[in-house]
Amino acid sequence: MAEVIEQRPGLSVPARRVPLRPPVAPDEAAARRSLREQVAKLESELGALFCTAFPRTGFDWKVPSRGGPRVLSLVELEELRDELADRLEHNRRVLGDRTYVEELNRCRIEEMMLEPERHRWMVIRNEDIGEPGCKSWHVRPRFGLLGMLLNWWRVRISSGCPLAGGRGRRP
Amino acid sequence: MAHDLAAEFPELRMLHTLVEARPGRSPDPVRRRLRNLADRYTGGKAVTLRQQPVPWAYRVFFRQVGIDPDEHRTPVEAIALERMRAGGFPSRNLVDDALLIATVETSVPLVAFDDEKLEGPLGLRLSQPDERLGGDGRPLSSRQVVIADAERSVGVLFADLAEGRGVHPSTRRMRLASVQVKGVPDVSVEEALWIVAEVLQGEPGEAPGAAGDAP
Repeated sequence: MAEVIEQRPGLSVPARRVPLRPPVAPDEAAARRSLREQVAKLESELGALFCTAFPRTGFDWKVPSRGGPRVLSLVELEELRDELADRLEHNRRVLGDRTYVEELNRCRIEEMMLEPERHRWMVIRNEDIGEPGCKSWHVRPRFGLLGMLLNWWRVRISSGCPLAGGRGRRP
Repeated sequence: MAHDLAAEFPELRMLHTLVEARPGRSPDPVRRRLRNLADRYTGGKAVTLRQQPVPWAYRVFFRQVGIDPDEHRTPVEAIALERMRAGGFPSRNLVDDALLIATVETSVPLVAFDDEKLEGPLGLRLSQPDERLGGDGRPLSSRQVVIADAERSVGVLFADLAEGRGVHPSTRRMRLASVQVKGVPDVSVEEALWIVAEVLQGEPGEAPGAAGDAP
């Protein structure tokens, strides 16, 4: 009973104050070092993705600059890391979608070669399968109008890009 | 190297060396060398440049100091892009050609100063509040990384030089400087300085000893 009386409000010893700030300052240098390493890793992965995606176009590789060269604050480093990660993820997704469509186009080329009459006038270019150059597969009628009437179709494969200087003079 | 900058980038170094040479038109051997270099530079090499260790190290450093390397290219990538656009490395003058050859060979960026316009050793530091480039040039942003001599800033790292500090036709002695970042081996930076000195002096020989803020 005596102990209960002592713990009543107003009778007990005042509680100790807990300091709001931690006694040790946070090590910002370690956090900055870690962020710089993450930036380096992300840059490495972006570089690899860039080389994988080449020669496809339509990707955005830019991450806005921060008025450098200067020492970035911790917040700026975090923002940079996040933007690099977002850019990497976005471009990976775009490349994934693009390669899926390219694979479908490759399958379609095989089908065109096997049954050209079922893919009349269809054209698939090198860029549609993620390859450099100007080659194309074009389903056209054999012998022109006659082929159209008789349902004679074939795949015509172009010979590539035109020469920069033309064919040159005739021998 | 200033203490605050060294604390942030412990492996950042600036190496420099003195070369007695006069700027002017590039001689035929240098032009030939540029042509040979251009012939060796293919589109595939330019595309995969960012995956090679030294160009990648500079790309990372650009990111870490707030520069987008796809907007403001690293020196070696800018050269590669220009090679693809122009179809070669056209000769401009002996100093620019020498710097270009060294950068293409080693991927290390270099800059040349007129030694008579510098006071004391070169180094890297952060800009002071209200500081101007070269003492009386354009205002610098706060905590910008600058190349500085003992008295004032003489250039912004990987950007513009202060007016009058670069090499000009009457220059007789040049201070060549190179920046080493994390991931770039010592031998690449030393080789870059060696190549510039060799091209400027006109014949292969012993390169001047590199000085710097190395420990």
